Amino acid sequence: MIEVRGLSKRYGTLVALDAVSLDVAAGEMVIVLGPSGAGKSTLLRCINRLVQPDAGEVRIAGEAPPRDRDGLRHLRAQVGMIFQDHNLVPRLSVLKNVLTGRLSHMPVWSSVLQLFGEEDLRIAHECLRRVQLDDRAWSRANRLSGGQQQRVGIARALAQQPHAILADEPVASLDPQTARVILDDLRRASRELGIAVLCNLHQVGYAMEFADRIVGIHAGAVVFDASPKALDEASLARIYPGLESADLREDEAA
Amino acid sequence: MRTFILGRAWTARQWVMSAVTGVLVAAALAWSAGSIDLSLTELVRGTPYMVDLVSRMMPPNWDFLPRLARPVFETVQLAVWGTLLAIALALPLCFLGARNLSPSPLVFHATRQLFNAARGINEIIFALIFVAAVGLGPFAGVLALTIHGAGMLGKFFAEAIEEADPRPVEGLRATGASPLQVIVFAVLPQALPGWIAATLYRLEVNLRAATILGMVGAGGIGFELYSSLKLFQYEDTAVCVLVILAMVMTADYLSSKLRAKILAP
Repeated sequence: MIEVRGLSKRYGTLVALDAVSLDVAAGEMVIVLGPSGAGKSTLLRCINRLVQPDAGEVRIAGEAPPRDRDGLRHLRAQVGMIFQDHNLVPRLSVLKNVLTGRLSHMPVWSSVLQLFGEEDLRIAHECLRRVQLDDRAWSRANRLSGGQQQRVGIARALAQQPHAILADEPVASLDPQTARVILDDLRRASRELGIAVLCNLHQVGYAMEFADRIVGIHAGAVVFDASPKALDEASLARIYPGLESADLREDEAA
Repeated sequence: MRTFILGRAWTARQWVMSAVTGVLVAAALAWSAGSIDLSLTELVRGTPYMVDLVSRMMPPNWDFLPRLARPVFETVQLAVWGTLLAIALALPLCFLGARNLSPSPLVFHATRQLFNAARGINEIIFALIFVAAVGLGPFAGVLALTIHGAGMLGKFFAEAIEEADPRPVEGLRATGASPLQVIVFAVLPQALPGWIAATLYRLEVNLRAATILGMVGAGGIGFELYSSLKLFQYEDTAVCVLVILAMVMTADYLSSKLRAKILAP
């Protein structure tokens, strides 16, 4: 359950986010569509404050953590993030990468000494089983294929036992078949664990296939917010002005 | 007709400028060759003396070899401890000298200048200073290798940190990990191979440096080499030179093997 109210961000004179408001319910997968530079990535990064928003409020599970350092860590602990380039630590094992999702729940001294609790290990293995990679737990992360690395990224986010997950173009560098596996893993985890998922995509077809709801963004503002069925030609023209819808549907024909 | 093309096409003015620059550089080089007594005739005239010196080294006096056992060990010990103590100094400082982790630009620049100062002065000069301070012997040599090595390792360690991919760092920050946890889990695993490679390289450099520290009385095999030369015991000198060669080649071989193993992706 993510509640975003009036979130705004400027870079100099460029308006990246213009008073964006949206909600994602527990167990719901909302997909954000929009052209490159529309502010999709800024939106996600303002929610977990990897980017500091200029104005607006974000509530996770009804809670708006204070804006100090502890509040920030508390917020991030409750919000998993999945990146386009998965952002795993290449030389660490798959298991240790997933365990990094537990760091915010661990005492700093024991994590620095590489001492992990039984409960943390159990959760890490369970999350790896969820993405069918438990047999690769001891492989080095960079020895895995792109799709497998992204699934480790999902497992790391799930290991946080988060209320919400932000996914920033999670399948942009993957082939269509692998992309479907990733999005399917994500949606299943969302439904089974009641996690609110907010996922940026640039492929309209995947959005239609996997979204419970689609949010369209153009020039930093929400221009569409409804179920995939309501996404008609006119709405697409609002999200992607000047583009033929045939062009948009082309890249997922594969 | 052929056209000369080297990089961009030159205009007439650029040709003239290049010619003038070329003549000036040649003149400067000729002048400095004169001031440092660079002379082919002297080299030719000196050749028989060199041949004579080498012939007097023959055959190497292998009976001298057992006496080198202790100096050889001392040289290796100097190199190892010089490296370890340099790591001990460089490790805490390298974080301050890495642009991406340093608390402020001022601290960053100050740390880098400290590394440069330690690195900029040759080990032998440090050895001379420490011999004056703590007296003759290998301890002065260890201190010299420590200071110079700390400067070099500090710079290399800091650069390895700067080269770390920022994406895993962002990934870990997003999980709510604390700054220390982010360093330990995202930065160190990426920097460690570079640190180990730099340390192995420093060990090689230290071994080479430790072979000559003895000439200024700072321990190691260099002392035997120097005194055998002074006593005209050239057959002993030959053994020293061969032993040094064997040590350095062994170190290079081992360290390149280890490096390849550690840096495998």
